[in-house]
Order: sequence, then structure tokens, then C-alpha cells
Amino acid sequence: MTLPTDTEERRIAYGAAFTEGLAQMMDADPNVFVAGEDVGRAGGVFGSFRGLNERFGDMRVVDTPISEQAIVGLGTGAAVSGLRPVVDLMFMDFILVAMDQIVNQAAKLKYMFGGKATLPMTITTSAGAGLSAAAQHSQSLEAMLCHIPGLKVVMPSNPYDAKGLLISCIRDDNPTVFVKHKRLLGRKGGVPEDPYEIPLGTAQVVRPGDDVTVVTYGRMVHEATSAANALASEGIECEVIDLRTLQPLDMDTVVQSAQRTSRVAVVHEAVRFGGLGGEIASGIAEEAFDYLDAPIERVGAPFSPVPFSPALEKEWVPNAEMIGERIRALAAA
Amino acid sequence: MDPSSETLLDLHRRMVRIRHFEEAAGRLAEQNRLPGFLHLYVGEEAVAAGVCANLDDDDQISSTHRGHGHLVAKGGDYGGMMAELMGKATGYCGGKGGSMHICDLDLGMLGANGIVGGGVPIAVGAGFANKYRGSDRVSVVFFGDGASNIGAFHEAANMAAALSLPVLFVCENNEYGEFTPRDRTMAITDVVDRAAGYGMPGAIVDGMDVVAVWEAANEAVSRARRGEGPSFIEAKTYRFYNHHGVQTLGMKYRSDDELEQWKQRDPIELFEDRLASAGVLDADGAQAVHAAAQADIEAAIAFAEQSPLPDPDSLLVDVYTPTAYSGATP
Ligand SMILES: Cc1ncc(C[n+]2csc(CCOP(=O)(O)OP(=O)(O)O)c2C)c(N)n1
Ligand SMILES: [Mg+2]
Repeated sequence: MTLPTDTEERRIAYGAAFTEGLAQMMDADPNVFVAGEDVGRAGGVFGSFRGLNERFGDMRVVDTPISEQAIVGLGTGAAVSGLRPVVDLMFMDFILVAMDQIVNQAAKLKYMFGGKATLPMTITTSAGAGLSAAAQHSQSLEAMLCHIPGLKVVMPSNPYDAKGLLISCIRDDNPTVFVKHKRLLGRKGGVPEDPYEIPLGTAQVVRPGDDVTVVTYGRMVHEATSAANALASEGIECEVIDLRTLQPLDMDTVVQSAQRTSRVAVVHEAVRFGGLGGEIASGIAEEAFDYLDAPIERVGAPFSPVPFSPALEKEWVPNAEMIGERIRALAAA
Repeated sequence: MDPSSETLLDLHRRMVRIRHFEEAAGRLAEQNRLPGFLHLYVGEEAVAAGVCANLDDDDQISSTHRGHGHLVAKGGDYGGMMAELMGKATGYCGGKGGSMHICDLDLGMLGANGIVGGGVPIAVGAGFANKYRGSDRVSVVFFGDGASNIGAFHEAANMAAALSLPVLFVCENNEYGEFTPRDRTMAITDVVDRAAGYGMPGAIVDGMDVVAVWEAANEAVSRARRGEGPSFIEAKTYRFYNHHGVQTLGMKYRSDDELEQWKQRDPIELFEDRLASAGVLDADGAQAVHAAAQADIEAAIAFAEQSPLPDPDSLLVDVYTPTAYSGATP
């Protein structure tokens, strides 16, 4: 199977694909604006907003105070009032400072108001460990967000998806959380120049295989694919599924694959306990229990905060080797 | 109150020790010998030194992402600090915290913090414990101009005042939060204006003048020790390096001219001139303090480099405390 990303001639970085998609949405819709810390003059601490302030001005690319709660509230209030905000929270760890606005306000207003409010707001942020940024700048907290009715959550693994999912999030009439992975920002891939959408809630098979289904997302797609490629030389063919959207979750694609392979591993960088892996595993157990030849394997980080020292952090973040080992055991089970 | 010559020498030594630590850390970072983020305190030494010289080991401070200077000023050990920055097992946090979480609870240093404003309520909690126990200890929270925009600061400031807690709020106003100038994120010039809204006395001090900081802190700390509640000091200061890392000139968000002007008022140079004209410490004497700090930092780097990395088996250690409750502790 060829992915759209393989057929594209133009290759740009994940971060640049994000910026391009955002700029195109701002061009197309005057109601789209961006607000966040350092997003204006500085162009964002990861460069993701570079050039936008110069192009769209201070009113549409707003440098905010360090006030996460008010940043999300600004987005919520502006969205209810008819604008289409993109608010940035820099590091995913900082969403915790804004949790009331995200969880109690933005996610619930529509429902609580009997359907009367519409909240087309996108929250963008960056997750992930592996940069010795320690316990407060490295977390993957997506499971917490997926638990909240009213929110949608995406975590793209490549530049093509970064642009397409961002556009879908901005066009979506609900609060969405768009989570980049810090270690993917420089990764290049094929990206069409014209705007396009990737429908929210659609997973993608990124590597076909018949022996084991590997369900993953975000940066772990690359670790899982490396593991799968290595296992192929041992005669184990993995089907790697990139979920792309975590809420709503495309369980159909996952279940169909599980029914075919009969063996499933779920892989994420987030802490294993209480992670999305549990939800996916139980969904498979409900829908495809009779097809399974082995217990579902879950790979995730150990139950500790993210350690600073590279010596510990490399043991903490799942990698291709760890994933490969677990899949090998699963294939033999 | 005028500082004694002993105090003046102490202030000088604290500033010099911060400077040497930070310059060394910056050099190591440039050589890619330090993992992670590094937020240097160079230029702001007078604030930590001037405040911490008024504190005992029993008094607490809470700090920020730019926290090395606060720990050095509180008496922190270079070796444990440098080892922590390198992620070694002998570091203050066993390599688990790094630069942004460096701490020394024995010295009352309740930690640097990766979350802007995160340390403010913690210092207020320490202040509460001090009042609760009827001790005359005080707690100090260091925070930036940028941090004064976050809810945690406002909630904690109001609570400290409402409960009349022995807490000193020290705002290090260096005019920027990361790469964004203060005037883009607040409509006031002086952060201290906020103190009045919470019913706290506030003062502005020249953050490049260690004696001015010391005097203001001396008054505020005495006030807190007397049980008269919290105070607020805004120190006008400047960081000589970039938000993180060691870049100085050629930054897009602030001009080289501005930086050069502030560097004319290097807090250590200003103070050394003053010490020399007051006859407290001549150039040779100052040089000896620098040499001693330099020797210490070299020893600390050697110690850190020779130290082992943390054992992977320690990964899951200290997530929780094994409970051993046996009634009230004194
Ligand atoms: C809650 C939170 N938001 C944003 C950040 C990212 N950040 C780290 S330092 C910083 C600027 C802090 O500015 P200030 O308080 O003035 O301290 P300074 O760096 O100038 O010493 C920001 C925005 C963070 N660490 N935590
Ligand atoms: Mg500042």
C-alpha cells in the first residue's frame, strides 16, 4: 500500500507543515486567529508560528501573558462569540494549568447549554520525552483528555498528517486538542501545498502485515515501524496502525485488523497504566475476543514521572528494541 | 540598617559563587556536556545574594526555572549541583530532576520549578507551616515578571496576605518572559503595583545593587519574623544571556545596545568598585574570592564527571514514599 505521503514530491518538515496549514486557514477565514505565549514576534518557541505575526498582525497572532487558564478561556469565549480560535499551550505539561477551562468549560458548554453553544476552538501543544526536559516538560497526557466527553484529540506522526489534521481541527466545530511531538518537529515528509483535510477519527494502516497488529500513534509510529521492519527479517509480519485521532477513536480499523492477525500489541509513549492502550485493548476484547490467539500486549512507559538523566530517560521511553522484544514474544505466544 | 563589612564580604562571595557556577555551566552546555535546558542567572546575582544573605538554613525559598543562583546563594554545594546538571547519581536529585528541579531541602531550598508560577503557592505553604508552628522562620519566593501574570501568583499572594503569613515575594523583573518583552504582556511598568491590590507593602529596588536588595530584604524579612505578614520586593534586573543557553548578542527580541547598557551595570563589578572605595575589599582581595570560586567549580566539575550515572534500577524508586507513620513528629 502506498501512503499519500510517499507519493508527494514536495518534502517539508512536520513543524513547517503545521505552520503552512495554519497560515492557509488564516488566509481563508478571517475568523481564525492564534493566541499564545511567544507565538507573535518570536514565532513560537519551536518556530511553529514563524512569520505569522508579520503577515497577519498583532490582532490575529496574539502574544499573550503567561496565563494558560486565560489563554484557553480567551479561546473559549471568542469561540462562543463566533470566532475560530487556535490557542497554543507550548508544552503539553502546561495544559494542566488550564484544566478547568478545558475540561469544565470548553468541553461541556455545548452540552450544558442544551446544544446552544458552538465551540470551534483548537488547542495546540507539544508533548513527548527524550530531550532531557525532565518531569514537567516531557509528558504525554493525551489519555486524560480523551477521557473527557466533548473534546477531540489528535496526535499526528508525520508532516502529511500534521497539516491535514490541523486543518480538520480548525474547521471542526468542537474543541479539539492538536498534540505535536517535540521530537518530530524536524522530521520531513511529503506534503501537498494545497489545503486538505484528514477526517477526524480515521486511522491509517502504515505498514501492512498478517501476523501481528500493532496499534500506535504519534512518535511511537516510527519506533513501532522500525521494530516491525526488523521483525520481518525473522518472518514476523506486523500490521502497523497509526491511529492519528485518539478521540474519536477509529476502532473499526483496529478491530478488522485484529480479526485478521489474531494478535495485537498497543504501543504508546505515555505511561502504560491508565493509558489509551487499556481502552483499545478492552475495545478489541469486546469486539474480537474470539479471534484472539494471545492476550493483548500493551507497551508504554513505566509508572514514574519522566526522569531527567539521559541514562534513565532512555530506559523510560519505549523504543524499537523494547517494542520488538514484546512483539516477538507475542508472536510466539 | 547598614550592612556590616562582614555582610558586605558575604554578599560579594555569594554573587561571585553564582557567577562562576553559571559561567561554568554555560561553557559546559556549549560543549554539549549538559543535557536538557539551561536557564542561566548571570546578571541577576545581586537579587539572590541580597535576599538570601538575610536568611538562615531553616528559612525556605522556592525558586524558578532559573534556579541555580538561588541555590548557590542559599549555600548550595557546587558538586551536587554540577552532578545534577550532568544527570549523575551523585547529583542533588540523583539525576532525576536536572537544572529545572534542583533543590536542597536541608538548606530550605524547595526546588527550582519547571512550571512558571508553580513555586509561588509552595512558598506560601511553607510560610503557613512556619506560622502554624509558631516559629520565626520565613519563606521567600523568587519569581519572574512573566510569572506575575499567572493565576497561581495572584491566588497565592492574596492568600499570604489574607492569612498574614511570613512570606517574602521577590519579583525578578528582567523585562522579558522568554522572548517577549514585558510591555506586550502587562499594562503596568512596575510589577510591585500588584502588591497593593493584595494589601502587602511593596518596594522597588535596583536589582543590580546588592546592598539595595539586601536592605529591602532585611526589612521585609524582619517584618515577617515579627509576625507582621508578607511583603513584596520588585528587583529591576536583567539577564545577560538568552532565555536559555548562552547566546548574548544578536538576539531578535532585544537589542545588543540594551544588553550592553545593562552590562555596564554588572552587579559584581559595581559592587567591587564600591567595596574598593569603601576600603572593604581591594582588587587583590576580590581576585582571591574569584580564584577560590573558580577552584571550587573546577573540583565540582571533576567530581561530577567522575560520578556514575544513575542505575537504571532507580527508575521506579521514589515515586512514592514507603509509609512509616508512627504518630506525631516533633
Ligand atoms: C505554566 C508555564 N507556562 C509557560 C512556561 C514556559 N516558560 C518557561 S520560562 C518562561 C518565561 C518566564 O518569564 P519570567 O517569569 O519573567 O522569568 P525569566 O525567565 O525572565 O527569569 C516561560 C513562558 C512554563 N515553563 N510554565
Ligand atoms: Mg522575566
